[in-house]
Amino acid sequence: MKRSTIDIWVGVFVAIGFGGLLFLALKVGNLASFSTAEAYQLQAKFANIGGLKVRAAIKSAGVVVGRVSNVTFDNESYEAIVTFNVDAQYKFPRDTSAKILTSGLLGEQYVGLEAGGDGVMLKQGDRLRLTQSAVVLENLISQFLFNKAAEGKDTKDGK
Amino acid sequence: MPLLLCMAEPSLLTAVRQGLERLGQAAAAKIWRLGFAARFFVAILLNSGTALRRFRLIIREIYFAGVQSLVIILVSGLFVGMVLGLQGYDTLQRYGSSEALGVLVALSLVRELGPVIAGLLFASRAGSAITAEIGLMKATEQIAAMEMMAVDPIARVVAPRFWAGVISMPLLAALFSAMGIFGGYLVGVQLIGVDEGSFWSQMQSSVDVREDILNGVIKSLVFGVAVSWIAVFEGYDAPPTAEGVSGATTRTVVTSSLAILALDFVLTALMFTGGNGK
Repeated sequence: MKRSTIDIWVGVFVAIGFGGLLFLALKVGNLASFSTAEAYQLQAKFANIGGLKVRAAIKSAGVVVGRVSNVTFDNESYEAIVTFNVDAQYKFPRDTSAKILTSGLLGEQYVGLEAGGDGVMLKQGDRLRLTQSAVVLENLISQFLFNKAAEGKDTKDGK
Repeated sequence: MPLLLCMAEPSLLTAVRQGLERLGQAAAAKIWRLGFAARFFVAILLNSGTALRRFRLIIREIYFAGVQSLVIILVSGLFVGMVLGLQGYDTLQRYGSSEALGVLVALSLVRELGPVIAGLLFASRAGSAITAEIGLMKATEQIAAMEMMAVDPIARVVAPRFWAGVISMPLLAALFSAMGIFGGYLVGVQLIGVDEGSFWSQMQSSVDVREDILNGVIKSLVFGVAVSWIAVFEGYDAPPTAEGVSGATTRTVVTSSLAILALDFVLTALMFTGGNGK
């Protein structure tokens, strides 16, 4: 086999090998949507985060604007502190509220941001004041049962 | 009393003694071989300067190890992906979540099947060839001739083959995964009719570049080092006879397959359960 033929084939092999890697990174993975742009860090305290995990999405109006970077437990207030990065191109007013929501019925949980009306914007290291915890199914069911039981007692008392 | 026992059963005692001796010899030989393999690995690394400077040597070996494994890697990748598409769809549609087919196919290929199956194929396609080649070079005294001419056989013969394997393996594994995902797409979207948009978008939202793809590449790199090392070592260590070379070739395939599977477990345990266990 001639030397140049070998060179061409090895060149083709390396090129399609890197092509395969690029395909995995761009089409299969999330490199395309993965922005290396500047981000700023915000915090929020929640009474209960449910199943929220690190790297969960931060969405506002359904658009992904950032990712959860850390979840810790605050031993003073007995609440969860969720730290998350928001893409620097998205600015939110200071009175923005955060909710933990679920995508679909059994989907994964994410943090939804709802912009407020304040003129001052949030900046690096700020903490969101208005938060709403995750809905825990068991609590919801027990609340419903208590309500039902209370209703039943009321109607009995009324008779 | 022990003296008496000695006198009473001399044949039993010698049998036990001989058995123990044989066991000790076998264990010592195994450990000696392991140490020799480790020193051989260090010798390859120390002598790879020549090979890396004369990169043409490595290119030639990439042609034999990488380019000639392309067809088998691409075809097997395609079929593995198509089977994953069929089987995954069959299970997922029972739970009404057939759109997650893309996620299933991509994650299983990128994390596990791509590096592992590509590694096994590479070991049997290229690793065995490397062992047989080096073993035959030794049997026909080409290696001794090189030493006579003051050419270091480790730098000239072994190191280029080792580096060619290390370079080829991640590329082959990436191609295997890419081809498998294409196969899953063909069966899932084109044949069965899973929605194309959700196939790709769910895949993209759950496959992470660092967590999944980069870890897969690291895995394949580790397998490449292991397979190439075992292949060149077995070839260099083969007894210079026809029987010795055939035995070494078999050992290459068996040992590297076992090494790939064992290393895969270790790497998976380190990568996918340690960091993100929250």
